[in-house]
Amino acid sequence: MKKPASEKSRSFRRQHKLAPYLFISPFLITFLVFGFYPILQSLRLSLYATNGPKSHVFVGLSNYQFLFGDADFRTAVWNTLVYAFWSVFLQLPLALGLAMLLSQKWIKARGLLRMAFFSPNLMGQAFVAVLFGILYVPQYGLVNRALHPLLPRLVPLDTKWLQNPNLVMPAIVLASLWMYVGFNMIYFLAALQSVDQELYEAARVDGANAWHQFRAVTVPGIKPVAVFVLVTATIGSFQLYELPYLMLNNSAGPKNAGLTIVMYLYQHGFVTGDLGLASAIGWSLALGVLVLSLFQLRMTGVYKGEAS
Amino acid sequence: MNPKTGSTIGRVATQVLLIALAAIVLTPLVWLIAATTKGSNDQFHYTFFAPTVSVQNYVDLFQKTDVFQHNLLNSLFLASTTVIVQLFFSSLAGFALAKYEFKGKKLLTVLMLATLMIPGQLTMAPLFELLHRLGLVDSYLGLIIPGAVSVFGIFLFRQSIQAIPDELLQAARIDGCSEFQIYRDIVMPVSRPMIGAFCLISFMGTWNSFLWPQIILHNRDLFTLPIALSQMIGLYNQEYGMLMAGTLISVLPVVILFLLLQKEFVAGLTAGAVKG
Repeated sequence: MKKPASEKSRSFRRQHKLAPYLFISPFLITFLVFGFYPILQSLRLSLYATNGPKSHVFVGLSNYQFLFGDADFRTAVWNTLVYAFWSVFLQLPLALGLAMLLSQKWIKARGLLRMAFFSPNLMGQAFVAVLFGILYVPQYGLVNRALHPLLPRLVPLDTKWLQNPNLVMPAIVLASLWMYVGFNMIYFLAALQSVDQELYEAARVDGANAWHQFRAVTVPGIKPVAVFVLVTATIGSFQLYELPYLMLNNSAGPKNAGLTIVMYLYQHGFVTGDLGLASAIGWSLALGVLVLSLFQLRMTGVYKGEAS
Repeated sequence: MNPKTGSTIGRVATQVLLIALAAIVLTPLVWLIAATTKGSNDQFHYTFFAPTVSVQNYVDLFQKTDVFQHNLLNSLFLASTTVIVQLFFSSLAGFALAKYEFKGKKLLTVLMLATLMIPGQLTMAPLFELLHRLGLVDSYLGLIIPGAVSVFGIFLFRQSIQAIPDELLQAARIDGCSEFQIYRDIVMPVSRPMIGAFCLISFMGTWNSFLWPQIILHNRDLFTLPIALSQMIGLYNQEYGMLMAGTLISVLPVVILFLLLQKEFVAGLTAGAVKG
């Protein structure tokens, strides 16, 4: 091991220079082979009609053409959009509201309450789906047994949440709310804690009421996190799959009421075996997500310009 | 919203409201536990716990399916292997990004951010084709290798490693440590909290993943818990107690890990969002 000092320092400098390349190489290699190459490949593949990994026929843009004309795809897009809408406009405000209540210093047992709200998120979507598939059972299911006494007219005891096409989406949204509201609350809580408390003091001295304080102090203070949560929640809701698929007993539900874009992709790509069409669906999904994310970033950026 | 405006009545009402909401959130979990303890005759008679506790559901789970114990071991094996592989490679790359200057560093960061924005479903079809050609379909390697490095993990480690003073690393260099020794003996021990957070996040990700394993794994002997449960709801869709027993067992390992790593987990989850 002992080497002359000069040689030792030279080899040291060399390995110092080489080290970062070596350290990032596993990422770079797996990214290039299993990330970047498939992205290019999916663009090419989306122009082919395929049957399993072996047979490929060039068909130009007809996969995309098919998607535009396909009623099932339209249903899948619509359902996904509806779900994303409720994820953003119902779940996130509730998560923020919970976080604001929980961030009050005088609340007792804050840690326990926080954990209670977060706990459903420890179950994966697949397991939540199996649980709710049973909770929604007519007559005996917990959901009907709990809601029927409260709203006897609106929710009869034999309400068929997962058999009635009109109720499938509300059932999915409710299960998702249960699972994710506490998860997003954690982010808002962390953001609220980072807001300078003296700003509230100052606002109060200036005579600002609760709403004004919220607008002038809370909103700008939590904005970076709120935008992060908004964008990731939207991206996440576009990838909805396990929750409806397993809740609806490995199906898209009655009249495809629980069909999502990813479920549609799975069916065409890996049940029927058309990897070309699956790639076209993948691109449609990716572009949709990209456009929406950029739109959200833009909107929230514009909003910032107004406020300051 | 601030600590002083709430009147006493308002405070009590808020406290009660929060407790009530927490109770509502916990109710399905209590019901889940209760359902696993009820014999088939009691399942519908009692909404929650029945006076007599039965272990029949758990017995059925392992005897009727005959494979549930394999599914459990499969999931444990796959999740732990993935965690170890991801932990090593992601922290190594995070270290490089945090503490070295090298060509292409900016480009690399942009690439990583881009991959976080691209939904994984985009590449599922070509990735399946590629893995098919490599002979990795229907094997755990087809799940482990493409996901060997977590970009999220790289960011997580980059951020926590940036906080380590350069002098500490420089001193180790003067003492004759190689760069890898620095990683192993200084960077990793100091990054303990982040390692805890990442292990849990990575474990949960693998443990709960369904779609990609469903695509890659065809052999029943390789099925993980989510896939096993999806098969069970088709076969035993009336046996609620048994299904719930399977669900509860599937969730327990994550709960245990969470209880052990709770503090680190919340810190890791929000680290990127709040500071970045």
